[in-house]
Amino acid sequence: MRLLKLVPDDTNIHFLKWRVPFYVVSILLIAASWALVLTKGLNYGVDFAGGQEIRVTFTEQPEAPIAQLRELVGGLGYGEPVIQRFGEPNSVSIRVPLPEGAEDQPGAATAIGNRVIGSIEGEFDGVRRDANETVSGKVAGEFRSTALYALLAAMLAISIYIWVRFEWQFGVGALFALFHDVSLTLGMFALFQLEFSLQIVAAVLAIIGYSLNDTIVIYDRIRENLKKYRRMPLPELLDLSVNETLARTVMTSLTLLIALIPLLLIGPASLFGLTAAITLGIFVGTYSSVYMAAPILIWLGVNSDSFVPRETAADLQERRARGEA
Amino acid sequence: MLDFPLWRRLFLWGITLVAALAALPSIASLAGARWPAALPDPTVNLGLDLAGGSHILLEADPAQVARQRLETMEEAVRNELRTAEPRIRHGAISTTGGRLSFMVENPSQVDAARGVLEPLTTGAGMTGQRDWTIEVLDGQRVVMTPTPAGLELAVTQAMDSATEVVRKRIDALGTREPTIIRQGDNRIVVQVPGLEDPQALKDLLGQTANLEFKLVDTSVLQTEIAQGVVPPGSQIVPFAAEGGGAPGSAIAVRRLGGIRGDSLTDAQQSFDPQTNAPVVTITFDSQGAQRFARLTTENVNRQFAIILDEEVLSAPVINEPILGGTAQISGNFTVESANQLAISLRSGALPVDLMVVEERTVGPDLGADSIRQGVLAMALGTLLVIGLMVAAYGRFGLYATGALVLNVLMILGIMAVMNATLTLPGIAGFVLTIGAAVDANVLIYERIREERKRGRRVIAAVETGYKEASRAIYDANITNFIAGVLLFLFGSGPVRGFAVVLIIGLFTSVFTGVTLTRMWVAGWLRAKRPTDLTI
Repeated sequence: MRLLKLVPDDTNIHFLKWRVPFYVVSILLIAASWALVLTKGLNYGVDFAGGQEIRVTFTEQPEAPIAQLRELVGGLGYGEPVIQRFGEPNSVSIRVPLPEGAEDQPGAATAIGNRVIGSIEGEFDGVRRDANETVSGKVAGEFRSTALYALLAAMLAISIYIWVRFEWQFGVGALFALFHDVSLTLGMFALFQLEFSLQIVAAVLAIIGYSLNDTIVIYDRIRENLKKYRRMPLPELLDLSVNETLARTVMTSLTLLIALIPLLLIGPASLFGLTAAITLGIFVGTYSSVYMAAPILIWLGVNSDSFVPRETAADLQERRARGEA
Repeated sequence: MLDFPLWRRLFLWGITLVAALAALPSIASLAGARWPAALPDPTVNLGLDLAGGSHILLEADPAQVARQRLETMEEAVRNELRTAEPRIRHGAISTTGGRLSFMVENPSQVDAARGVLEPLTTGAGMTGQRDWTIEVLDGQRVVMTPTPAGLELAVTQAMDSATEVVRKRIDALGTREPTIIRQGDNRIVVQVPGLEDPQALKDLLGQTANLEFKLVDTSVLQTEIAQGVVPPGSQIVPFAAEGGGAPGSAIAVRRLGGIRGDSLTDAQQSFDPQTNAPVVTITFDSQGAQRFARLTTENVNRQFAIILDEEVLSAPVINEPILGGTAQISGNFTVESANQLAISLRSGALPVDLMVVEERTVGPDLGADSIRQGVLAMALGTLLVIGLMVAAYGRFGLYATGALVLNVLMILGIMAVMNATLTLPGIAGFVLTIGAAVDANVLIYERIREERKRGRRVIAAVETGYKEASRAIYDANITNFIAGVLLFLFGSGPVRGFAVVLIIGLFTSVFTGVTLTRMWVAGWLRAKRPTDLTI
């Protein structure tokens, strides 16, 4: 039986030859992402913006009357509602923002939700209430800050671990790669104005974890090769390491993708954002391991001595003291 | 590395089978099949987003507790100074800035005042710390300030009893298995699975149910009420929306001399015998009955107001003394709202107002749809991954497949034994784990391929493959573990379910993907002693 080989044996692709242009492009992309986040802003869902999200299914209609709903709910005087199809054609999600100044009134959001549902049920028959989420302004603010802390803490904790397990240059490289992944994911959400919710933060944390997977596998190989080939120039050694692990990188990214794609296509509608973010993150994370995490080691001056230290004067003394001449 | 003595093999298989078998009751329940009652049945909990139900976060305002304490203290201080021997005369008591302050008219009595007030300030705890500090300014002004520790204790106590009241009210609704947990300093989380009407629950929890009976001050004119001017000793109370008065109207009542409705033994929804309208019949305990009898005896033919949460429900005229210890509260009730009020009164008043600051409700139909779609997607994803693994690694792919299936079962089994909750993002966590768990196998197999290419013999290549790949596998899993733990710590509700699956999945995937497959590969190598590997 011939086995499937996605990557031919003994590839020798000069990934790092283009490291400077790739770095420039990546840094520009990171800058663009943050510019987008800061100018267009993230499209916060109820978790982070506060307000109401109501999901209903019109069981007696093939398609939800979105235009009529927009008029109906908009006419209630709570500002412009966001109404989108959600999964099936006859299901919609209706997002109503918190009114100005309602930050301090914990009961405000609930009262609005009741009126919205009441008016929809009064207007249409066969309305099935699927879900209702109400988040007050205060709680939404807390979610925003805890999400930020979680992301920062995860990036820091992981970098410190890598620093301890490898060398400080690797820790910096991993942190930079993670920063790249998180930035680009946020930039993507800002660009397409996809709903940014707690689930997306969970997705970003998962991306951090799995992007690291790749980075560690390559770093581990770099470390091994640094010990093995003490005289090989670093760019060449990095290329060798990336090529040696290429088959694994491709295979793992592929298994992750084919596991996620069914969830993306036929999974529950409420998981779409989470799955889409992770799928995107697999591409970004794989790229960053090769083009962000590895080349930075060149500039940070990693060499074999980091792992196979030259004998210092103190070591020499100690060895002599042990009587080993 | 490839040496697996019998005891070790039995041990590994034992762990695997126990964990995997523990998943069966959950699978049976997800598939809608019955699990034999005679067998142990650890089952994974379904989160509210899958089972349907409501998650409600309630919050109290600590400032309200502080205000109430200040009022109670004012009353107590007034009382102590009046009943002191000799009586201590004092100026108006100010409560601004969260402190009590008043002038003692005769400076020589300041020490006496301090003496009678001192006992009021000892803490309820056994530490002997004081809940209030007393200072004397300019030799004549007494200032009482609450200590932070005392205030904190008061908030904690108020929240404890509020949690108890919430529990009683939810139990009265007859819902199954509600979860009620204190969270932080001033919050309560309520989770009720499979609730048909969360609105009833929210109404019930939003009702403080502070019932008061106060005499109406008929000397105050409507125009004065409209202007908000009332004589000292009276207060303006608006009519409730479901109350008897015209909407937006209010009446003036005497602040003191009423009674509170907290001394009840029972409250039931019933019907007014004359009008047949829904009412609430309350029964006082003996002390409350006495006070109510005195109030009604002394005030026949006068109007008194029934006040619920600072709103007048009705203001009937007392036709005759009510001595039996029961009373009827009428208002503009429906059967449901009367029933709700009865439940609230039975369970006691909330010591603080609770506000709904977060609510998530999922209908049972949506939850069932989500499970079906999620499980289907998961099954399809698993099949695709298995197909790819077998195509790429042949026999070794089969080992990875075995590891993958056992991995899924073990995660579910461990979650069931830990009584963990499976949420919708948790299903995504499963899918992600399925995709990522084979990474360990991919790393090992690719390494074996490499070692074979370098000319190592079969056994040595397999051994080196497992050994060299393990380092990266452990490092990668530990970093993922860090991310997972942070996700769990910072996340809430459904997102935590995602973290739980990811974290358990890290352990089981290393166990199945590395340890178990190594055992299988070792067994095969020993039995067949192949000279070449198809990998």
